[in-house]
Amino acid sequence: MAKPTFDTPKIRAYPIIPVLQEGSMEHSSPFVAKPVHQEALGFPGELVENWQEKAIDKMGELLTKYRSLRVFLDSCVKCGACTDKCHYFQGTADPKNMPVARQDLLRNVYRRYFTVAGKYFPKLVGAQDLTEEVLDDWYKYFHQCSQCRRCSVFCPYGIDTAEISMAAREILDHVGKGQKYCNEIIGKVHKIGNNLGLPEPALVDTLEGLEEDVEEETGHVVRFPVDVQGADVLLITPSADFFAEPHIDGLIGYAKVFHEAGISWTLSSYASEAGNFGMFIGSYEQMQKISWRIRKIALELGVKRIVVGECGHAWRVAYSFWNTLIGPFDFLDQNYPVPQHICEVTNDLIERGAIKLDKEANDDKVITYHDSCNVARGTRMGNIEGGQFIIPRAVIKSSVNHFVEMNPDTTYDQTYCCGGGGGLLTDDLLELRVKGALPRMEALKSVIDDQKVTHMAAICAICKSQFSKVMPYYDIPMDSIISVHQLVGDALIMGSSDK
Amino acid sequence: MAFLTFVFTLLMYFAAAIFFGGLAYRIYTYAKTPAPLKIPTMPAPLTQGGVRMRMFKEVVLFQSLFRANKFIWLFGWLFHLGLLLVLIRHLRYATEPVWEIIVIMQPIGIYMAFAMLIGLCGLWARRILVERIRYITNPSDHLMLGLLVMIVISGLMMKYVSHSDIVQVKAFALGLLYFDWQTIPADFFFMVHLLLVAALMIVFPFSKLLHAPGVFFSPTRNQVDDSREKRHLAPWAAELDDKRQ
Repeated sequence: MAKPTFDTPKIRAYPIIPVLQEGSMEHSSPFVAKPVHQEALGFPGELVENWQEKAIDKMGELLTKYRSLRVFLDSCVKCGACTDKCHYFQGTADPKNMPVARQDLLRNVYRRYFTVAGKYFPKLVGAQDLTEEVLDDWYKYFHQCSQCRRCSVFCPYGIDTAEISMAAREILDHVGKGQKYCNEIIGKVHKIGNNLGLPEPALVDTLEGLEEDVEEETGHVVRFPVDVQGADVLLITPSADFFAEPHIDGLIGYAKVFHEAGISWTLSSYASEAGNFGMFIGSYEQMQKISWRIRKIALELGVKRIVVGECGHAWRVAYSFWNTLIGPFDFLDQNYPVPQHICEVTNDLIERGAIKLDKEANDDKVITYHDSCNVARGTRMGNIEGGQFIIPRAVIKSSVNHFVEMNPDTTYDQTYCCGGGGGLLTDDLLELRVKGALPRMEALKSVIDDQKVTHMAAICAICKSQFSKVMPYYDIPMDSIISVHQLVGDALIMGSSDK
Repeated sequence: MAFLTFVFTLLMYFAAAIFFGGLAYRIYTYAKTPAPLKIPTMPAPLTQGGVRMRMFKEVVLFQSLFRANKFIWLFGWLFHLGLLLVLIRHLRYATEPVWEIIVIMQPIGIYMAFAMLIGLCGLWARRILVERIRYITNPSDHLMLGLLVMIVISGLMMKYVSHSDIVQVKAFALGLLYFDWQTIPADFFFMVHLLLVAALMIVFPFSKLLHAPGVFFSPTRNQVDDSREKRHLAPWAAELDDKRQ
C-alpha cells in the first residue's frame, strides 16, 4: 500500500457534526476520461469548444425528461435537514459535501439560465453563470457523491441528490468531461461483457478452478456452469465475484445453494456482469444498452428465471429499472419474481426446508450486517415493505448463531454508504473513500469493541471491495468483510442432493 | 382614498393572477415532465393507498423532517400549522354569513399567529446561528423570512395595537371577491398587511415556495413500489423501446 498523503479521520466517541472546513476536498478529482473512453460511448473526446452552450442545452433537455430533476431543483427551501447526513461531509467537513450545497452547484446554474428570479436577480437567489470554475466544481463534487440516497430519506420533499449527481455527470459527459473510471468500464462491458474485461476463456478457466477448489475442500462436485443452453436459472452477478476476495466466497455460496437445491443454473460469458455503471453516469441509454445484453442472452439460452447475485447498485438497476429498460419479461416463468435476488432464492429454500444449514459451522464468527445503500434505499426483496432488510438478515441468522446489529442510526434505511459507491471505487479517489467510510467504520468499531464482532457481512460487490481496502486505515483487518453467501456456503449441509 | 382603493384593488387582482397563473403553470410543467424510472426512496408503499398514507404523513406531519432534525421540525411544523389555521380563520373575511366552523375556531386562530411567529423566529435564528445553514443561505432566504414575519406582525398590529375596522375590511374583501369594489379602510397596518401579502403571492411561483406543489410531485415520495409487477414506461423512453438492441 502506498503511503497515504492524508490523515485518516479519527474515530469519534459519538458522532458530532463537524465544523466546516471550506475547500478541504477541493483537490479531490478523479482522472478525466481519455478520448478513447469517451468516444466509445458516443461522447465527445475532450471538452468541446462551446461547452457552456452545450451544457446549458443538455440541462434544458434533462429538465424536460426528468421530473425528479425539475421538482428537486425548484423545491429546496434550504432548511438544512440534509446538511449533516452525508458520509462524505462527515468524513471531510467540506461544506460542498453537504447534500444541499452539492445540489446548489447545479441549482445555482439552473436558476441563472432557467428561472425568472435567477435571470433578473442572480445575487439575491444565489444564481451563478456557468463558468469554468463552476464546471470544475461540478466535476470534483459530483464525483464526491456516491448516489447512496441517504439524504433523500431525510429531506421533507424527498430531494434525492443522487438524481442531481446523475444529471450533472450526464451533462459533463456530453461536454466531453467524463470520468475515466466509469466510462472506461462501460466500454469494457460493451466490448467484452463485464466490468473487468474478463473474456470467455478466462472466465471458464476461473470457474473450472473453483470447481476443483470446492471439490477439494468439501468432497462434493459442485458445478459452476457457463453458457448452458436450457438451464432454468440465469445468474447475473458482479464480475468481482469471479476473482476478488471476499466476493468469490459468495459465488461459491450461490453455487452450493443451487447445487443442494437441485436447481439447474448457468452463468453467461456474454452477460457476465450485474453491475451497471450506466446508472452512475446518469445515462438512460447506456444503462439500457448494458442491460440489454442480459435480456438477449436470457432469450438465447432459453432460461426460465433470472437471479441476481450480491451487488447493491446492480440490484437497484435490476429490481427498479430492468422492467422499464429491458422488459417486459413475459418469456420468463411468472411463478417467480423477475428478477429475483439470490437472497430471496436462498431464503425461500431455507423456509421450505429445501436446503439445510448447520449454524455451528460459523461459530468462530460474530457477525454484524451492513445494509448496502442501494439495496436499502433503492430496492426491495420479498413481497413486503422493508423485505430488503428482513430477508438478508433471515438468511444470515439461519447461517450463524452469533448475530449483532450495529447502531440503528446507521442501518436499515438510515444505513451509510461504504464510501466507494456510485462510480467512486477507484484509487484516484482513495482519500475520499477512506474519509467517506468514517460513519460505517465508527459503527463497526463500536460493535467490535463492545460485542466482540469478528466479521461484517454485506451483499454488494462495491461494499466488499471498498471495505477490504479502507478498513486497514481504521485498524480493522481487511478480511473482516465477508459475503452473506459465504456464511450460507459454509453452513450449508452438503450431500443431500448428490447423485 | 379613491386612488388608494384603485391601487390596492388592482394590486390584489394582479397578485392573484400571478399567484394562480404562475402556480398553475408550474404545476402543469411538473405534471407534464415524465418520470422515466421508478425511484421511490425505499422502503416505499406497495399500493396507491399506501402512497396516499405516505404523502399524508409527509405533508401533514413532516415525517422525514422529523427523522432528520427535531429542531427544524418543531419550528417548521409550528409555522406551517399556524399558517394553515390563520388562513382558515381569514375565511371569516370572505364568507357571509361566517361559517360555523370558523366561528368556533376563532379563539385558537388568533394564537396561531404567535405560533407562526415563534416558528419563523426559530428558523431564522437557526439560519443565522448555525454555521452549516448559514453557508447554504442566500439573501432571498432572509428576505422570505422577513416578509413572512412582517406579514404576521402587521396582522397582529391590527388586532392588538391599532384596531382595524373589521366591518370595512370585510366589505373591501368581499368587494374584491364579488367584483363589487368597496373603499379600502383608511388603516395603515391593513394596507401594509395587504401589500406584503400581495408581494408574497407574486414571488410565490418564482421562489422556493414552490416546495408546496413540489412535494406532491416528488417521485421519491409519490411512487408505488411495484416495478417488478408493472412495467413503468415514460413516453420518451417508450420511443427508445423500438430501437433497443
